[in-house]
Amino acid sequence: MTTYADRTFTPPERIRNFCIIAHIDHGKSTLADRMLQITGVVEERAMRAQYLDRMDIERERGITIKAQNVRLPWKVGDEEYVLHLIDTPGHVDFTYEVSRALEACEGAILLVDAAQGIEAQTLANLYLALEKDLTIIPVLNKIDLPAADPDRYAAEIAHIVGCEPEDVLRVSAKTGMGVEALLDEAVKQIPAPQGDADAPARAMIFDSVYDTYRGVVTYIRVVDGRIVPRERIKMMSTGATHELLEVGIVSPEPKPTEGLGVGEVGYLITGVKDVRQSKVGDTVTSQRRGATEPLTGYREPRPMVYSGLYPVDGSQYPDLREALDKLQLNDAALTYEPETSAALGFGFRCGFLGLLHLEITRERLEREFDLDLISTAPNVVYQVTTDDGTEITVTNPSDWPEGKVSEIREPIVKVTILAPSEFVGTIMELCQARRGQLGGMDYLSESRVELRYTMPLAEIIFDFFDALKSRTRGYASLDYEEAGEQVSDLVKVDILLQGEPVDAFSAIVHKDSAYGYGTSMASKLRELIPRQQFEVPIQAAVGSRIIARETIRAIRKDVLAKCYGGDISRKRKLLEKQKEGKKRMKTIGRVDVPQEAFVAALSTESSADKAKK
Amino acid sequence: MHVPFCASRCGYCDFNTYTASELQGSGSSPDTWLEAVRRELTRARATVGDRAVDTVFVGGGTPSLIGAERLGAVLATIRSEFGLAPGAEVTTESNPESTSPEFFAGLVEAGYTRVSLGMQSAAPHVLRILDRRHTPGRAVDAAREARAAGIAHVNLDLIYATPGETTADLRGSVEAVLSAGVDHVSAYSLIVEDGTAMARKVARGELPAPDDDVAAERYELIDDLLSAAGLQWYEVSNWASSAGARCRHNLGYWLDGDWWGVGPGAHSHLAGRRWWNVKHPARYAAALAESADPEADHEVLTPTEQHTERVMLRLRLAEGLDLDLLDAPARAEADRAAAADLLELRGGRAILTRRGRLLADRVVQDLLLASETAPA
Repeated sequence: MTTYADRTFTPPERIRNFCIIAHIDHGKSTLADRMLQITGVVEERAMRAQYLDRMDIERERGITIKAQNVRLPWKVGDEEYVLHLIDTPGHVDFTYEVSRALEACEGAILLVDAAQGIEAQTLANLYLALEKDLTIIPVLNKIDLPAADPDRYAAEIAHIVGCEPEDVLRVSAKTGMGVEALLDEAVKQIPAPQGDADAPARAMIFDSVYDTYRGVVTYIRVVDGRIVPRERIKMMSTGATHELLEVGIVSPEPKPTEGLGVGEVGYLITGVKDVRQSKVGDTVTSQRRGATEPLTGYREPRPMVYSGLYPVDGSQYPDLREALDKLQLNDAALTYEPETSAALGFGFRCGFLGLLHLEITRERLEREFDLDLISTAPNVVYQVTTDDGTEITVTNPSDWPEGKVSEIREPIVKVTILAPSEFVGTIMELCQARRGQLGGMDYLSESRVELRYTMPLAEIIFDFFDALKSRTRGYASLDYEEAGEQVSDLVKVDILLQGEPVDAFSAIVHKDSAYGYGTSMASKLRELIPRQQFEVPIQAAVGSRIIARETIRAIRKDVLAKCYGGDISRKRKLLEKQKEGKKRMKTIGRVDVPQEAFVAALSTESSADKAKK
Repeated sequence: MHVPFCASRCGYCDFNTYTASELQGSGSSPDTWLEAVRRELTRARATVGDRAVDTVFVGGGTPSLIGAERLGAVLATIRSEFGLAPGAEVTTESNPESTSPEFFAGLVEAGYTRVSLGMQSAAPHVLRILDRRHTPGRAVDAAREARAAGIAHVNLDLIYATPGETTADLRGSVEAVLSAGVDHVSAYSLIVEDGTAMARKVARGELPAPDDDVAAERYELIDDLLSAAGLQWYEVSNWASSAGARCRHNLGYWLDGDWWGVGPGAHSHLAGRRWWNVKHPARYAAALAESADPEADHEVLTPTEQHTERVMLRLRLAEGLDLDLLDAPARAEADRAAAADLLELRGGRAILTRRGRLLADRVVQDLLLASETAPA
């Protein structure tokens, strides 16, 4: 089937660019699927649930990690239009990518589950969209659910967006109910893109994906001029130029075209093999007679959270390196460099945009590359000024300066929490315990409240989200954004086994939390490390000062009482198994520590529970 | 020879044994068992060939439950199929409550030379936790009766570190053992085996788990008291009053001997091949009734496995492990263990110290690991 949308250089007034802002599970992918179907670009029998989410992990977690986009034909009356649906990543760590995707749009569909109401993440992205003056079309989804309460949530959304409750559209993405009307509204309400067709080409990269067969596929939104194949292009942030091998649109399979004009969205392929050569937010122009001013808003991705990743089996180190090399092709924000830990052996210090980015990366490494990994407790980046005025950037507790320091600065974030109002007290308590400063509080409706805090990022990345969820019976949602840095009274706590520091357990914590961290880690390790033939003291220390101590008593008996004819085979097999276990142990000083002890000690209570399931 | 019958099942026991009610309807009885083991002995003779038997050990279960007559009949079959070597050691286990002077007289007449009695403890509350049915004095009396009947060697079994047992209880038990005048004692720390009634009680929190530190202390007490009375350890859990009082049958297990395990679930070893019979008495008897092999499964030991077993078993003996059996890295590890007061190196042999006896499994593991992980 060929349509109006198959040809490019569509007049801008016939184009509508929009995205869907929604929380995980609120049905964004289902709605996108339904749009593909209703506009006829995917036939019903070829429909695969959630067509746009291509990665397994995305499919399993029900979240979109990497944005996709699609070009759809739509008719309102006799008028033909082209709709570009730009799918945005749905998580807190990818705020920058979200902002770039929003930049490519003139409108946004605010999609909210009619049984759950708006969540913090959605609210944060909505604010981003409002800042960019996008036209917002509020929509309640899942209205066919028995638990749906559309009147209540329509009022809530109207209050937030500043519209009338009856302006909130109601759809069921699952059944398709209301979706056609929604597309009509999109055409009606969203402004057409504007740009100068005769100016030098300028297109913004809003996503960049590595494909094994084609190399990097770069998604762009053309602002001015035109992008045509077989022309050399230039990346304005670096000045690098590339041959343009292919320019195309997605509907939903990639289709090469003769080029893209003002307001159009599509992809280009240059033959580069690494997404870092095609950076999200960068401006693409023509090499000859190119633009001189880039589009605004470009920023280098900057890791916010660091963690050491180590193979459980040391012989997998080269495999881990290879896997990271491959992942980095598709993940411009991922950084890593080799590091060695006395406790964990050879591994990599990896930088991530946030905790989810860390978790997803780790999960992909384990699943797609069949690796078994230990990750150290995540930490943020500290700026330390020593007494002699030297500035040190610390991304690993091991690099914490030994001597006196005059100032330590740590990153802080603005946190938005949405929760039923009954939990306000518990949430305030939790945030206060995590060094949060209350910035403000708003009732979205009678029963739902928005709390705004400024908190150290370090307090968020460990187990804050789990603690928040468990204290609010899962009802609270959280979002945060960078908010600069603050001077803090931080110390490094070391954990010593028989006097030997175990680097993997060192942590940077606030002075007031040092004792708590030290005692809890020491007692955890006392439970986890098997008894040795000698007594093993476990100490927590700040500098040379011991702040907590536990002792693992020496083992006195390790012998099977009975070993007669029928016991011998069983006993030999048991011995062989124990031997294998001991081979996998790491030796700290003279102390044998099973790998599982490191894993258990490094996992938070809730993630240990997850592992058990 | 495995006798798979018990009057009742003790809560800590995971042996292949059955009560009368458990066997009801299966067609198994002491007589069908006797018929089956006789058939197996005939098969064994056909496989092994002409080889006189040095030692016989009837264990269980509760061999005394089938009576002296059937125990005699079993021995008669062994005699007629293989013949007993001169001076052969012939042992049967017995539970104190199912023995009497007449029983022991019957054993002597049949040719038994040794009796091993399951005493476990002299403390009534400990016996209760172990579900043992005999009264505290009965085991000592039985040992005396056995000796009076002319059984040359008598062993008493003790279980220590049972939850609820005090140091004084254990001391009383050892003193009772010594008062019986036996020439051999076996003492085992209580092991809570998976799947037993006791394991379930521990899991439910009704019974505290045995404590290894307590067990270590109790072991030392037992060793002190027995040594002072002239009983020397010759294996981690066994003490004897003289070289002649050691259990030759068990030494066969530890020194790579060949043996044929007769009976349901019994394990055998012949020249590097181990096999074991089907466990249930009814299946076992049915196989033999059809002239089929009652073997459930087997393994043929690789040279590495044979080495592992040698190190694992010989190191448990007072005689120790011949250092020539160890390669250079393992010998270096033996030196290290000696420095840590775990081994004594004497006369070309590695012998566990008392501390080493309590940590024997680690010492064995470290010796074997040293060879495996040494750079080539």
